[in-house]
Amino acid sequence: MTMTAQTSGDTGVQDVKAIDPAKRAAKWRAFRRATITIGLALATYEIIARTGSFPRALLPTLPMVVRTLFAMLLDGSMLMHSLYTLYRVLFGFCLAMVVGIPLGILMARFRRVEQFFLPLVSALMPIPSFALVPLFMLWFGIGNLTTIIIVFYAATFPMIFNTWSGVRSVNPLWVRAAGAMGADEHKLFWKVIIPGASPFIITGMRQSFLRAWIAVVGAEMIAASNWGLGWVIFDAKEFLNADVMLASLAVIGFIGFAFERLVFGSLERGTVMRWGMMRSAKS
Amino acid sequence: MQDAAVATPSVPARVGPRIGEHVRVIGRNLFPFMVVAVIWEVIARLEVFPRRLFPTLEEVFFSFWRLTAAGILPHHAFETVLRLLSGFALAAVVGVTIGVLMGRSRRAEDIFLPLVSILAPIPGLAYAPLFLLWFGLGNFPAVLLVGFVSMFPIIFNSWTGVKAVKEIWVRSAQAMGADDKRLFRHVILPGALPYILTGMRLGLAQAWRVLVAVEMLAAVPWGLGWLIFGAREMLNTDVMLSGIVLIAVIGLLLEKLVFEKIEKYTVVRWGMITA
Repeated sequence: MTMTAQTSGDTGVQDVKAIDPAKRAAKWRAFRRATITIGLALATYEIIARTGSFPRALLPTLPMVVRTLFAMLLDGSMLMHSLYTLYRVLFGFCLAMVVGIPLGILMARFRRVEQFFLPLVSALMPIPSFALVPLFMLWFGIGNLTTIIIVFYAATFPMIFNTWSGVRSVNPLWVRAAGAMGADEHKLFWKVIIPGASPFIITGMRQSFLRAWIAVVGAEMIAASNWGLGWVIFDAKEFLNADVMLASLAVIGFIGFAFERLVFGSLERGTVMRWGMMRSAKS
Repeated sequence: MQDAAVATPSVPARVGPRIGEHVRVIGRNLFPFMVVAVIWEVIARLEVFPRRLFPTLEEVFFSFWRLTAAGILPHHAFETVLRLLSGFALAAVVGVTIGVLMGRSRRAEDIFLPLVSILAPIPGLAYAPLFLLWFGLGNFPAVLLVGFVSMFPIIFNSWTGVKAVKEIWVRSAQAMGADDKRLFRHVILPGALPYILTGMRLGLAQAWRVLVAVEMLAAVPWGLGWLIFGAREMLNTDVMLSGIVLIAVIGLLLEKLVFEKIEKYTVVRWGMITA
């Protein structure tokens, strides 16, 4: 969300990561403040939980949550839940990429394709993926297939839209320049259009993963099977296991964060930033 | 799928005498829906899937009509929209307040930013069971959750917006003798408004997504999400599809009528962005 894709028309000037001392001091300060705030928030929570004005089962103390988290990590159940969820989300997400990117490119390159698909896409896009969960449960039963299709549905549209606008926004000058220098269609596509559209495509991948991640948790809650992080949280409600819920929430947040930062962050550094298509806009 | 005309990519308001052009655009936008409808109809009529699970468009249309005439569908839709608006109003008030505070005061930023950045990346729906556990079933947790989830984009964008107000505007307003109140009202708020509106737009979209799912989980008495979920038990696929169509229409209307209008009347008029 905080990322701003900027296509820089000039030569790929990159920000050199010069860490000047002032910046480092500011960073350290922000880190210190963040630690203090979070510490305070946790302490407040702990005090409220300890006073016992709420039932312990609903508002477990932090050591309980941590213990539950470790217990679940150690006996491997958390790992299994995470693996199931990851399998579903990645399967759906890859499917969305396989469909969304080519379709987006085709829509941007051919007017007829655009005219056909754009109205459909804009009509389907505002339907929240969760609204389709009950329908898909009827059609495809409970379990992996439904969840994967929901994830696919949620993730495809941002992919299509971003790819489409990315390819359309490729500077026509570059295309003509490449043509003038004798690039054939094949080369034009791989060397100009794809790199040119890549900041948008990567933004699209980020957005779709975000959507997919939300969708998988929701779909697992509703179309419950026996495994999956969403299912654990929802199942824990029945037994009033708030500690299990909070532990799973932490894992969900952690995985989402890791994907956003590590996977997409490094993908971006490896491609668009190296090609000089985008500069990191972080101050 | 009678919402095809709405999907027309923003035909300008002054179409003028070129009616023929207009009709062509509508026709072109309708065409893909007709193709899909025909394919659907063929599959349904061939009974590739049981008719109960894959009804013909005629059946869907009639159940849509029947439910609307009986007042059931409007009631569900009304409750859903009410819930959406109350949750969103909550999010807008709290989110803009926190966001503006974060943008204006260093201390508020230090306090809120870490909390917001930890809570925001967790998918909103993952909080649902926790909220249900803490606040019981029904309306209250649903509204609260919708508000909570849609608050984050609003906070982030208001914060960025206030920070993006040009220093030179603030200083020149101060040099011209604006007090804090006027500075806020006439410089900071208009300057940050494009961002705030973007945040609200994202927030409303999130609220809408989450609301449908929460209605399924929270066992509210009325609501489109609940209608769809309940229809599954009876294998009423036609009812489900009617509900989904209505959800799509409401989603489109929210986007087209509410936000594009607000944007036109405020930021575009003030010349903050060119439409």
